[in-house]
Amino acid sequence: MLQVRFHGRGGQGVVTTAELLSVAAFREGRHAQAFPVFGSERTGAPVMAFCRVDEAPIRTHDPVTEPDVLVVQDPTLLHQVALFSGVPDGGLVLLNTSKSIAALGLDEVADRFRIVTTPATELAREHLGRPLPGTAMLGALAAITGAVSTDALAGAIRERFSGRAAEGNAAAAQAAHDRELAHARPA
Amino acid sequence: MLGQLEGSRAVAETVARCRPEVVAAYPISPQTHIVEGLSRLVKEGTLAPCEFLNVESEHSALSVCVGASATGARTYTATASQGLLHMAEVVYNASGLGLPIVMTVANRAIGAPINIWNDHSDAMSQRDCGWIQLYATSNQEAADLHVQAFRLAEELSLPVMVCMDGFVLTHAVERVDVASAEQVDAFLPAFVPRQVLDPEDPITIGAMVGPEAFMEVKYLMHAKQLHALERVPRLAAEFAQAFGRVSGGLVRPYRTGDADTVVVALGSVAGTLEAVVDARRERGEAVGLVAVTCFRPAPHAALRDALAGVSRVVVLDRALAPGSGGVVGNDVRLALDGLGIRVHDVVAGLGGRPVTTGALHRLLDAAAAGELERLSFLDLQHDVVARELVP
Repeated sequence: MLQVRFHGRGGQGVVTTAELLSVAAFREGRHAQAFPVFGSERTGAPVMAFCRVDEAPIRTHDPVTEPDVLVVQDPTLLHQVALFSGVPDGGLVLLNTSKSIAALGLDEVADRFRIVTTPATELAREHLGRPLPGTAMLGALAAITGAVSTDALAGAIRERFSGRAAEGNAAAAQAAHDRELAHARPA
Repeated sequence: MLGQLEGSRAVAETVARCRPEVVAAYPISPQTHIVEGLSRLVKEGTLAPCEFLNVESEHSALSVCVGASATGARTYTATASQGLLHMAEVVYNASGLGLPIVMTVANRAIGAPINIWNDHSDAMSQRDCGWIQLYATSNQEAADLHVQAFRLAEELSLPVMVCMDGFVLTHAVERVDVASAEQVDAFLPAFVPRQVLDPEDPITIGAMVGPEAFMEVKYLMHAKQLHALERVPRLAAEFAQAFGRVSGGLVRPYRTGDADTVVVALGSVAGTLEAVVDARRERGEAVGLVAVTCFRPAPHAALRDALAGVSRVVVLDRALAPGSGGVVGNDVRLALDGLGIRVHDVVAGLGGRPVTTGALHRLLDAAAAGELERLSFLDLQHDVVARELVP
């Protein structure tokens, strides 16, 4: 089972991002579950959501405490919440940033986790015209983990959005995906 | 149709396919998405003929349902927490009058202190109200239980509450096979009320009943509940035949054969417990689970059958009866009367505290080590309460 924890701020579409991943997995015939941590929904407040993906039906309904993948949509959360809680050594941390790991002051955790940065907000501005990084983060996630295809992601995006929002989000996801593949070093 | 959708939407769409003619509701988290979904379906004409009534309170919502149901309309509402408490007077009237209303309770804690998160305190506060209470372990079951609930309610002339964990289920996006209109129509015949309020043929319902007959009326309510004990499993079996999946019934044992310790639980935590049971079975531990899907009527005989051979029962309660302990545990003790089986009450997950896989393992570790007390509180911060208890 793949377990993902999403961190962001109210208004960034964190809950929608987790849902889109679950819908993409569903479109590929897998079982998936997405749910947010429910608090007072305020713009800018820290928000968390989860997604589980598995080949078998998912019965568990508790929060994801040991995520395989951490998706951080807002780098200003890095030093504010217990962000890395439960992430195992070697776990994938996907960060939305155009800065380097050193510039973010993450050197001390860089050895513990596999930290990958992707400029999702910039990609969203470029393709969507709005600073909503969720779908670009999912594109990068798809490229790194192979959890879902970009076709399935685009399908999930078009189920949820229509018109320019759908095409912009799908393009942002594809761009982040392709950028990640271009950067991937051979094993 | 199979889809990946929010639990609330799965319930709203399923309820719509049950063709309610009157829906009256007042929004309250975490029930809101369900009634928003239904109001949209009514507005766009997908659910027709149906009247959606916006009201000023939950007391009014259920009062509208009582009136509508008495005229012979199939009637639905949904609420949670303080909303259910605000309805309480009418909740008892609905069952006393034998009106087959179906209500979703998106289970949420009760204040004070104010708390919007999930536990079972709301539905448990109405334990003795005379409604049938069904509990969903998943969103698939939550959707399916509504189809069964309308049939059950109308066959027995009794209101039915379908309880689903607030947020944990209502706001979770999962794979759900939403029954088609054709499937539902084949399972749920049109509502034929036993009596109706009709100005052309006036009758009175709900007239005063004095000491000479009140006990008999209440005894008949009890007898009707006992009759439901037979109907609930038969309807679940019929549902499984028609829809090809198991939902509902009285209790659902999971790996209880040769089990030494069995956990009894209601609601979505049963799914988490299944996975925990599997993990411990792999280690050779003889543990099992019984999910109670019908809490009222109390399935005493079914619980006794499911638990008769075990040496220890751990009842996970998502509600607290202050001054007593757990709520469900008392019914389990009645069911197991005379069998000499130890029953441990564990109050867990109040006010949305997550009942985690890790905490459930620690609980079963304690049970296996014989360290579980008769009443305990899962993940309670003992240091915090100890400070407050200092004289």
